[in-house]
Order: sequence, then structure tokens, then C-alpha cells
Amino acid sequence: MSHILLKGVEKIYPNGYQAIHGVDLEIEEGEFIVLVGPSGCGKSTLLRMVAGLETITSGEVHIAGRKVNDLEPSQRDIAMVFQNYALYPHMTVYKNMAYGLKNLGTAKDEINRRVGDVAKLLELEDLMQRKPKQLSGGQRQRVAMGRAIVRKPAAFLFDEPLSNLDAKLRVQMRLVIKNLQARLGTTTLYVTHDQVEAMTMADRLLVLNAGIVEQIGTPMDLYERPQTRFVAGFIGSPAMNFVEVKLSDDGSKFHIGDNALPLNKALDTSQSEITFGFRPEHLVLDDHGIIPLKIALIEHLGAESIIHAKLNNSDDKSSNAITLRLNGHTKEQNGNIVRASIAPEHYHFFNQKSGHRIRS
Amino acid sequence: MLKQVHFKSSALPYMLVAPQIIITLVFFMWPASQAIYQSLLIEDAFGLSSQFVWFDNFKELFEDDRYIKTFGRTLFFSAMVAMLSLSVSLVLAAMADRVIRGTGIYRTLLIWPYAVAPVIAGALWVFLFYPTTGIISTFLTSMGYEWNHQLKGNQAMFLVVIAAAWKQISYNFLFFLAGMQSIPKSLIEAAAIDAAGPLKRFWTIIFPLITPTTFFLLVVNIVYAFFETFGIIHVVTKGGPANATEILVFKVYNDGFVGLDLGGSAAQSVILMILVIGMTIFQFKFIERKVEY
Repeated sequence: MSHILLKGVEKIYPNGYQAIHGVDLEIEEGEFIVLVGPSGCGKSTLLRMVAGLETITSGEVHIAGRKVNDLEPSQRDIAMVFQNYALYPHMTVYKNMAYGLKNLGTAKDEINRRVGDVAKLLELEDLMQRKPKQLSGGQRQRVAMGRAIVRKPAAFLFDEPLSNLDAKLRVQMRLVIKNLQARLGTTTLYVTHDQVEAMTMADRLLVLNAGIVEQIGTPMDLYERPQTRFVAGFIGSPAMNFVEVKLSDDGSKFHIGDNALPLNKALDTSQSEITFGFRPEHLVLDDHGIIPLKIALIEHLGAESIIHAKLNNSDDKSSNAITLRLNGHTKEQNGNIVRASIAPEHYHFFNQKSGHRIRS
Repeated sequence: MLKQVHFKSSALPYMLVAPQIIITLVFFMWPASQAIYQSLLIEDAFGLSSQFVWFDNFKELFEDDRYIKTFGRTLFFSAMVAMLSLSVSLVLAAMADRVIRGTGIYRTLLIWPYAVAPVIAGALWVFLFYPTTGIISTFLTSMGYEWNHQLKGNQAMFLVVIAAAWKQISYNFLFFLAGMQSIPKSLIEAAAIDAAGPLKRFWTIIFPLITPTTFFLLVVNIVYAFFETFGIIHVVTKGGPANATEILVFKVYNDGFVGLDLGGSAAQSVILMILVIGMTIFQFKFIERKVEY
């Protein structure tokens, strides 16, 4: 049986704005689920509805086998880590961590023992008597996590916990959280707008766009078989390239400008105008390649080079921007005209109107 | 290198600060120095002759039982006013903080009393509690409780405390509400998840976090009760019955303008001046240190 269950969850604000459209999600015990989407897509709202900080307009939320729609946040057996950590500024680290247990009426010895254990786990032992103000960003983040862990809740809820840290610390804490979650085996719901964070940490991802679930799946699922154009463009960095193409009448090939690319399998679509998607890392420079490109700018990152180019077609007015990602250093220059090719297994096709994936 | 802003005429900066300095000089420094000078004199009731007596006026005051009693009464009065107005406004602010609909109306109504002049406020409470015709006193009498603040000192004190506190509630309310609303919402939410009910959240999170505000208001309220309640007392009880509501400022007025003991009255106002200066310094020093996060 699933540990957290969302059934047709919707959120409509009093002013009539619908923030969440019917979310269904089943989370297994111990799973690490990441809610990801652009800012304003409703992912925090959804998390707060699970936490009990926002009312649920319709649908049901179950945690650990109980329907929690009408329960107070404190009765839902969850712990939450906030974006700004929400540490109590007038309490020491110890008191911050002990506060929840104290409110639950836990015995003093027990509180001491549990806070001590968690402090050891998170290497906070030397900081126990400090106030939040005297801590660095990373330390505060650890205290906020400690406060969540010490309660031994049925589920952890994280609301963009790393977005206030600098880039280096963020990468570090990503691993810390992931390791910790794996060790504790606590079901986790994690909100972020950062797709790299989402990909690296999640067992499964839920991509949310304007309150609608675009896709739920493992990181590799989403990367290899994005079900919508939105997911395709959102997952992966640099983002997937999209070109509007025309399918030939017999459906055996499609045209990018003047060039025809053959298809191995017929596409399951009645439309001839479709969107062709391919990832920057799947493009290879190839003198016999069928896609002509004009290089506009090259970014050298050392381990890889990102080439920003344009389709070099005589008649093409849409002048699609295309990104290539090559391993190592490239000797190409700005303004060069090159040719590239893509292996057919890396083709993605989407319906131009609905944005849904077209199967082949 | 040009490090300072240079004005062509050196008179301009002085002219810019002149209004403030002139006001301070005319309305504070001059009367204050006059009061200090007067407090060292004994003058006859007609103001025809005066004698320089050094600190005799002060010595006399501290040997006077009635003055010591007034001092104690003032402390009691201001403590009651501060406590009452602070606690009521704290409750109101805590409730207003949770109001979602009609916030504007609710707040505006709560702020109104602040716009009422002290004398009007006093008159209002006199009407309500007037022994023969007041609504509340009639009600109390019908309940079998005899109300007559014109005869009973305790009731008179109760009445001036209520009137003075009522007027200060709006001010405190504004500050408390602002203090509460500056607490990040996520802190309250975190506490809610940490199994703290609304009351517990208030006492363990909100109240400790607004201590600087509370402390500031405490000092302001005491100063208010000490110095700005003259109008209310004058209208409601005139210090009576039998001096039961005579506080220090009222005694200054009574002794000076009614009793025509100008020297003694001046000495009392010098003492008050020292008190208010002391409290202000205390507040500035303490508040700077108290803000701990």
C-alpha cells in the first residue's frame, strides 16, 4: 500500500484562480519524490496542501494510511524544511530541535537522546548552544533538517531547501540530503525548480506546469521518453532543441527546410505538421550529416563545449536556434558552417497543438 | 578631492536647522531652565517677592508624606494603565493578526480612540460612569453594586485607569500588530507542524519575538501614564475624591496654579523632568541591546 496518496487533489483560491488541477500521485514507503516545475507552477502549493498549511479544495490526501484532509499540520505526522529554514531565532539550536518533541510531550531523557543522535548524524554537536543568527547558511540548513529528522515523522516535506545556498554548497547538500534520506528510509516529498537537483535526487519526479501534472516517472524515463514537449524542454541542460517539421505524405521521412530525414518507423499521427525534438548532446558533427548549421557562439567549459548555432537553410525564415553539446574542446570557430547528424533512436516528436509525445 | 558638500553661503545649513533649534529652545530649554530656577525660590502667593533658598523646596517635598504618597500612587496608576492597555491591545493585535476578511474595517475601528482628545476621552467615561445618569453605573446599581466614583477613591482610581488605558490601546495595538506581522509566516507554520497549538504558538514563538516591541511600549506607556493623563484626570476626578487620584503631574498643577506654591510646584516638575529623561535614556540603551536577532 502506498505511503502517501493524492487522489484528484485540486486547489481553487477564493478569487477563482485554480492553482492545482487534479493531481493523482501514489508514493511508496521510503521513496524520494521530487516535485519540479517553473516558478509559479503550483508545486509549493501542492506541498503545502500535503503539509496542511493550505486547505484542499477537492480530492483526498492520505498519509500513512490515514486520510488527512481535515487534520491539523501537527496531526499529520510530517516534518517540513522551509526555504528560509524558519528556525526560531530566539531559541538555541538544541531548543529548535527539541521544540516539536517537547510539544508532543516526549520525556526529557528521550528528547535529549534523540536530539543528541541527530546532532551527531548531522555534525551539529558543537553548535547546540548557538542561536540561528550565529550560524552559517549551511549550518542553518542542517539544523532545519535536524529539526525535521528528530521527530521521526512518516514523511519529510522539503520546500526548496537549497535555494538559499551558494552553488558549491548546494551540490554538497544535495548529496547529504540524498544520503540521509536513503539511510533513514523516510518517504520524502521534495520541491524544487532546479531540474538538475530534481534529476540527481529523485527516485521519481513529478513535473508540474501551471498546476497540471505533465509527467510522473523516474529521471531516466523523463529524460529518454518525455511525454510532453514541456517536459522535454524542462528536463535536461542545455534544453532540448525543437524544430517545426513537415512529415512526408507516406510518413517515411520528414523535412527540416530543404533536407529530408528518413524515419525507421511510421509515426502514430494524422498530422503532417509536427514538432521534432532532439537533445544537444545527441547531435554529432558529421561532414556527411544532413543538418546544416551556422555557428553563432561557442561556450568552452573545458570538459565540454556548447555550440549555439542556427539552422543554415536557404529558405528557412524561422531560423531555429540549435544547441550542440560536444565532449572536450572543439576547434570550430564562430561563423563556421558545419553539418551534424542525430541517431534516429534519439528522435522525439510532439504534437504541435497539444504538445503530447507522438509514438513511433 | 571634494569630500564634503560645500554650500556657497555658510549661513544656509544653520538656517536649515534653525526652526527645530528655535522650537526646542522656546518650548523646552527656556521653560525647563525657568522651572529649575523657580524650584530654587520661595515666592509669596502674589508674586511680589521671592527668596533664593537653594534646595529647600526639594527637601520639603521629600519630607512631605503627601508627596511620597502621591509618588506611590503615580507608580501604581502608571503600572495599572500600562498593564491594562498593553494586555488588552496584545489580545486585540493577536486576534487582528488572524483576521482574514474585513481587516481594514477592524483595524480602522481599533485605531480610532487614538484620535480622541484626552479631555473628550475623559468626558466619555464620566458620562458612562456618572453615578446618577451613567449607563454603566445604572447597570451596576441595578446589579446591586453601589457605584459612586465621586465618593469612593478606589472606584475613582479604577475609572481613571480605564479611561487612560483605553486611550492608549490604539497606539499599542498598532505597534503590536506591526510587530506580529513582521514575523515571517513560515515560523508560525513551522511551529504549527511542530505540534504547537495557536495558544502555544503565541506564547512560545510570537510573544518572545515581539519582546523588543513590548519593551518599547512598556516604557512609552509608563511615560504616557506619568505625563499625558493630566487631561483625563482633570475631567474625570480633578484628583479627588480626597486626592485618591492625584498623580504627580496633577499635583504639580494643583500646588502651582491652585495652591500658588510656585517653588514647590517647580521642584516637582524638575523631578518629573529628571524621571522622563532617565526613562528615555534607559529605553534607548536597553532597546539597542535587547534586539537579539
